[in-house]
Amino acid sequence: MVQAPAPSAAATPARSLGRDLAGFALIALAGLAGYWLFPDNLAFLTRVISVALLVLSLDLIVGYCGIASLGQAALYGAGAYAAGIACLNGVTEPFLLILIGAAAGAVTGLLMGTVMLRAHGLPQLVLSIAIVQLLHEAANKLAWLTGGSDGLAGMVPAPLFGLFEFDLWGRAAYLFGLGLLLVVFVALKLIVRSPFGMVCRGLKEDPLRISALGISAFPVLLRMFVISGAVAGAGGALGAIATQVVGLDSLSFELSANALVMLVLGGLGNLYGALIGTVVFMAVEHIVAAINPFHWMTLVGALLIAIVLFAPRGLSGTLDEAARILTRGQRRAGP
Amino acid sequence: MSTVFAVDHLSKSFGGLKVNHDLSIAMTEGERLALIGPNGAGKTTFVNLVTGRIPPSAGTVHLMGEDITRLGAVARVRRGLVRTFQVTRLFPDMTPEEHVVMAILQRQGHATRILARFHGNGAAMDEAADILATLGLTDVARRKVVEIAYGQQRLLEIAIAMAQRPKVLLLDEPAAGVPSSDTPLIERALERLPASLAVLMIEHDMDLVFRFARRVVVLAAGELIFQGLPADVARDEKVREAYLGSYAHAGR
Repeated sequence: MVQAPAPSAAATPARSLGRDLAGFALIALAGLAGYWLFPDNLAFLTRVISVALLVLSLDLIVGYCGIASLGQAALYGAGAYAAGIACLNGVTEPFLLILIGAAAGAVTGLLMGTVMLRAHGLPQLVLSIAIVQLLHEAANKLAWLTGGSDGLAGMVPAPLFGLFEFDLWGRAAYLFGLGLLLVVFVALKLIVRSPFGMVCRGLKEDPLRISALGISAFPVLLRMFVISGAVAGAGGALGAIATQVVGLDSLSFELSANALVMLVLGGLGNLYGALIGTVVFMAVEHIVAAINPFHWMTLVGALLIAIVLFAPRGLSGTLDEAARILTRGQRRAGP
Repeated sequence: MSTVFAVDHLSKSFGGLKVNHDLSIAMTEGERLALIGPNGAGKTTFVNLVTGRIPPSAGTVHLMGEDITRLGAVARVRRGLVRTFQVTRLFPDMTPEEHVVMAILQRQGHATRILARFHGNGAAMDEAADILATLGLTDVARRKVVEIAYGQQRLLEIAIAMAQRPKVLLLDEPAAGVPSSDTPLIERALERLPASLAVLMIEHDMDLVFRFARRVVVLAAGELIFQGLPADVARDEKVREAYLGSYAHAGR
């Protein structure tokens, strides 16, 4: 039997580098296009980027390690509150605030991973919900620190590079967020291609085989929780800087569940899927909620059912498949 | 020759059921030992005890003179006790090359590095290419595992084990599920295993056992009923009764 060359991860390094650069350029272009096309919606678009970082962080845990979590907002909210509290206490440099958010997310990720990795399967999922609910309740009760149910408000970050104010139009915040997203995305691409990233993929597919190789799962997965926490925390900090408020919703089960829906929509285990899922979900939410604020979830639900039934690999997987079929057709048509 | 691996008076009971009872087996460097026994003899439990997946009820396991009875599965692998699986346990979306490189990187202590490219380690890639070539897997080295034949997947299990450079290798039915036309491939791969490596093979295919093993142990109903040369095993009355007899009647 003659088989076509396998379209697998074993593409030549040069080809995969070219694909990566094209991917990064596409994200940057799409981001800049948003800037020019929707100048009145930059605050919304910045929120999309902030949530995209959350969904990317969830992809690391769910998509690459195979650990289901419905508590990812715990990491996002930790970053948002840490940046908010720091900003209200005189730390206003935006880059520093992102780092503070990432650090808070990483520490929370360490704790969350330590607890969650004690269990497997359904109990693990329940633990993730318990953690985000606990943190939500703690943030609600510690009003002196977090503002309780009112949240934090009145943060005024310093101008970006000392020049660009985080103003009402949100231009600085958006471009700042886009830059952050690109940096994080490139870093994550490198991480998932590293030996560590390959072991995570292996753990998702067959933990017993990984242990037979002499590799302990726990430290690897815990490290991924820390990385995931840093990414989610940076996303939360970006949200805090851009909106200049931090509310309990950033630390909610609802946001965690939405993040998982966005990830499934876009496609698991593929960093592009996390971005596509976030953009599509939030765009639908934004547009449909404006038309009918009560029933927008119905449409999202229908969309999700359609995706799960007809495109189980998510939007990105389906695009990938379509591209493969198209290029195969081209190759056949060519000389 | 020195003993590299030994189990002494190893037992495992589940409730009142003695699944493994008072097993003592020692292996020297370069040994080729086959463990055989009818279904339900306790072979799987034995493998789980040896690899550290379940703790024994009594007895000890020694590797290179060290008592590893209390060590977990990962720690045993790191000390050089490596296994293959009866049903292939491979990563469907990865290539044979990636499997072998991962094993090499782990042996070198680099398997979980973040600041490195998995495909960027030239020395590991070269070594993986050598191992895969030895087993005739070069042509499929960069295909996804789901796309390669089952016999090749079995060979890949052996390739991974070779990359781990074990001191003791436990082959759990290396020819299980392989079409008989491909069995010679497995046999040839086993012949190429390093001469100094101690190999314990658990296998149903008696032809393979007789060609590969220089010593045979027979497990029946959780107990060792025979230890000796392959040539003698068929003549042993207890063995015929417990094992070969049932095989003969099975009309194989």
